[in-house]
Amino acid sequence: MEHKKKIQVKDLDFFYGENQVLYNINLDIPEKKVTALIGPSGCGKSTFLRCLNRMNDLIPGIKVRGKIILDGQDIYDTGVDVVKLRSKVGMVFQKPNPFPKSIFENVAYGFRIKGIKDKDFIDERVKTSLRMAGLWEEVHDRLSSSALGLSGGQQQRLCIARAVAVEPEVLLMDEPASALDPIATKKIEELIYELKKEFTIVIVTHNMQQAARVADYTAFFLMGKLIEFDKTENIFTSPRKKETEDYITGRFG
Amino acid sequence: MDIKKIKENIVFWVIKSAAFLNLLALTIFLFFLVKNGISAISWKFLVLPPRDMMTKGGIMPCIVGTLVLSLGSIIVSLPLGVGAAIYLCEYAKQGKMLRIIRLGINNLAGVPSIVFGLFGLAFFATYLHFKVSILTGILTLGLLSLPVIIGTSEEAIRSVPDTYKEASIALGATKWQTIYKIILPSAIPGIMTGVILSISRVAGETAAIMYTAAVFYSPHLPTSIFQPVMALPYHIYVLATAGTNIDKTRPLQYGTALVLVGLIFLMNFIAIMIRSKKQAKN
Repeated sequence: MEHKKKIQVKDLDFFYGENQVLYNINLDIPEKKVTALIGPSGCGKSTFLRCLNRMNDLIPGIKVRGKIILDGQDIYDTGVDVVKLRSKVGMVFQKPNPFPKSIFENVAYGFRIKGIKDKDFIDERVKTSLRMAGLWEEVHDRLSSSALGLSGGQQQRLCIARAVAVEPEVLLMDEPASALDPIATKKIEELIYELKKEFTIVIVTHNMQQAARVADYTAFFLMGKLIEFDKTENIFTSPRKKETEDYITGRFG
Repeated sequence: MDIKKIKENIVFWVIKSAAFLNLLALTIFLFFLVKNGISAISWKFLVLPPRDMMTKGGIMPCIVGTLVLSLGSIIVSLPLGVGAAIYLCEYAKQGKMLRIIRLGINNLAGVPSIVFGLFGLAFFATYLHFKVSILTGILTLGLLSLPVIIGTSEEAIRSVPDTYKEASIALGATKWQTIYKIILPSAIPGIMTGVILSISRVAGETAAIMYTAAVFYSPHLPTSIFQPVMALPYHIYVLATAGTNIDKTRPLQYGTALVLVGLIFLMNFIAIMIRSKKQAKN
């Protein structure tokens, strides 16, 4: 790989109780590129994504083996501050999930929990983040109204603004457009293209065209195993594995 | 007509008449209370203390007493109850211990209020030397309303979507920050429902306060929480069973009952207003 590695995943196994869902995953995620995770439902791609910011920790009875090294540090080491990790590795979820608060407070939440009080700084960062998420023009005159009044697509861009506001280095996206209409989806995809200038992006998607459009690298998962990982163009034009070819040509999944 | 349709009709009528009967009972009850009690109600009745062996005058000390006792009990049970609910929902590990705690809470809800009264007398009044006082009454009523507050708070906390919690955690919030800034604000309308329920229960509570807080007659308002008070439900009980002239005070009894019901409606109304204001903000 000719790009700098942001995250190195080494021999990762993952269990829900007795049930193994990820088998020996080895994968290097390049810095400031978009890496797409594709595969049929239940292949473990979302679980894998949630390993990267340790969101799986919330589920009782999980077990993780192997290493995930972010900037030289294994994030599963004892003594890693999970709260710090999550402000370095932001996440956008499948369903837009703004808080039942105002548009402004949604984006400012990351600063509130860090105890930052500087009003000018927060105002400025909220504005910049909404700009980055391509939402500023639509909401600048109603920042104090409830975020729940926005459309689905706007809500999802608000969630992106909220995630980028705290300046993470990595942005995880779990099927961020799957609940949106084609126009809103297009906006999110254009946004991803902009955001990769600043962030390392890992995106889970069901939609292969979407992976082909937005991702620089694509990883194909099947039954908890990483089948193939390569530049997106290689995956879609000349896959090396038969399973990958079967999947992308629509023979199953 | 086929048998299914007949069944459907019967069920519909049974359910409809059950609802109608309920409404009818409530209407008759209110009508009865208003008809007999309205003649006693006047401005003086509300703002003056009783006089002439409680056969004349007003019920002001009882109104104040009931307000102090019910609001005080909420001050005790709300933080304790919400705290317990947070622990049970967010921190406690599933298992035997949690089941035992739940069982305890559910059983507490079924304990008759006279037993709470006796406990209050034995523990707060006697053992802790709080005597028969507002404080003893508030603590006893607080315990009495705890299961309701815990139950409704738990339900309210559980009904906050997990997606809010995930979003907050993913932004680097700690568990407590997530509870305090996201979960509790979303759960407040539900918690307020518990507050409304327990205010209604506590304001009308007689057995739990007769040994712990209420006094037969007091010409003055209490000046501290270490003194006893008069209270509306106990006053009704006293006038109706142990008064100096039971028949003569009949209108006063109905009047007092009417004021008590009115007061409960009023407190519920205020709580509902607070709740819907909170809901509108979301």
